[in-house]
Amino acid sequence: MAMTQTASPAANTGQRAALLGAAATLVLAVALFAGARFGLLLAIGLGFGIVLEGLRFGFAGPWRAMILRRDPAGILAQLVAIAIVAVVAIPLLASHPGELTGAHAPVGFAMLGGAFVFGAAMQVVLGCGSGTLVNAGSGNPVSLVALPFFAIGSFAGASHLLWWTDLGTAPVVVFRGAGGLVVTLALLAGVAGIVWWRAAPEHRKLPVRRLWIAAVVVALLALANLAVAGQPWGVVYGLGLWAAKGAVALGIDVTASPFWAAPGNADRLAASVLTDVTSLTNIGIIAGAALVAAWRGGLAQALPSYPARAWICTIIAGFLLGYTSRLAFGCNVGAFFSGISTGSLHGWAWFAAAFAGAVLGVRLRPLAGLEARP
Amino acid sequence: MTRHLTAGLAVAFIAAVVLADLAGGAGLNPYRAPPALALGSGQASAGGHCAAMPGN
Repeated sequence: MAMTQTASPAANTGQRAALLGAAATLVLAVALFAGARFGLLLAIGLGFGIVLEGLRFGFAGPWRAMILRRDPAGILAQLVAIAIVAVVAIPLLASHPGELTGAHAPVGFAMLGGAFVFGAAMQVVLGCGSGTLVNAGSGNPVSLVALPFFAIGSFAGASHLLWWTDLGTAPVVVFRGAGGLVVTLALLAGVAGIVWWRAAPEHRKLPVRRLWIAAVVVALLALANLAVAGQPWGVVYGLGLWAAKGAVALGIDVTASPFWAAPGNADRLAASVLTDVTSLTNIGIIAGAALVAAWRGGLAQALPSYPARAWICTIIAGFLLGYTSRLAFGCNVGAFFSGISTGSLHGWAWFAAAFAGAVLGVRLRPLAGLEARP
Repeated sequence: MTRHLTAGLAVAFIAAVVLADLAGGAGLNPYRAPPALALGSGQASAGGHCAAMPGN
């Protein structure tokens, strides 16, 4: 992102103070009017947005770097963050089973297919679940257009979820307790080893300090999310809930879907988004990324120009990101990051399928008109 | 045009989601809010998550 400073230092200081003041006011207002837990979750979301944008820690970009340049730094940082969370989260889940839940889901045909398509779509728009939020907040026009269709896709995918899972779904497999932690860490080390082995010789070096710091801070925020909400970090549920609420406002009977008629989901449809866990962290991520972009002066950057087919592909990819992440029981956050770090086998299956899809997606992106053809 | 426009639209998008929700009657009651931390609260997590099957 371009660093453009046009205002005087005093004006910058005043603007930055106003940004911090606005963020603190939002958190306090939510805590006051909705409850302390919800204020904390908004603060955690802001933290995610600030770190992901501020330290340029992402998922789609590092996967692309590995596929195109065989540069492993970003993926290694992701694996470190997941390992840090796992070291704390898996024992916590074992010791507090009544209070905390993991991102545990079954592996199935639709889950694998969904992850594959998600991996491809996230490379087309170069934005995953968290990345779409971060990029939209920092003013990326492609992610801004993809975001509402991501939400609509998430709503539609959730509405059809049971049909898809009926195609064939295995029992949920979870690596629990000390043994589960050892298995998880061994698998993470194994993947890191494969990534290192496949890396280009000139890129075969440890991540830069920025990525180490980001990995640690993202892990701490994810653990805070678990302790405050009782569940791991997620993105997709909240986006689908926003679209479901929009559908209800338009007079659509969403309870015709078994998913939205289920007690927990029906309750959340009737409740405020300011009391929904993933809605709050999603709002915080967008706002936090916007804060960082404004802080840096990056919002003065001119918008790029794309052909019409690029926008059509963005809309399709945005919808597919939402739809398929529901079938896959999560995106790069809910399934890959949170699934693996809380011991769910489906996180590993998601990673394999989505990475295969990303290999395809990297080749589709130039065809979509979103970059010059190599 | 610059990113001021698109970042502003992104912030406006989330503001619209929250305001439309509040205008639709989704009320807030801090006196019925759960404990600040789920960990140690003795209460089961009640949030929605993309990894959860319907009804969880």
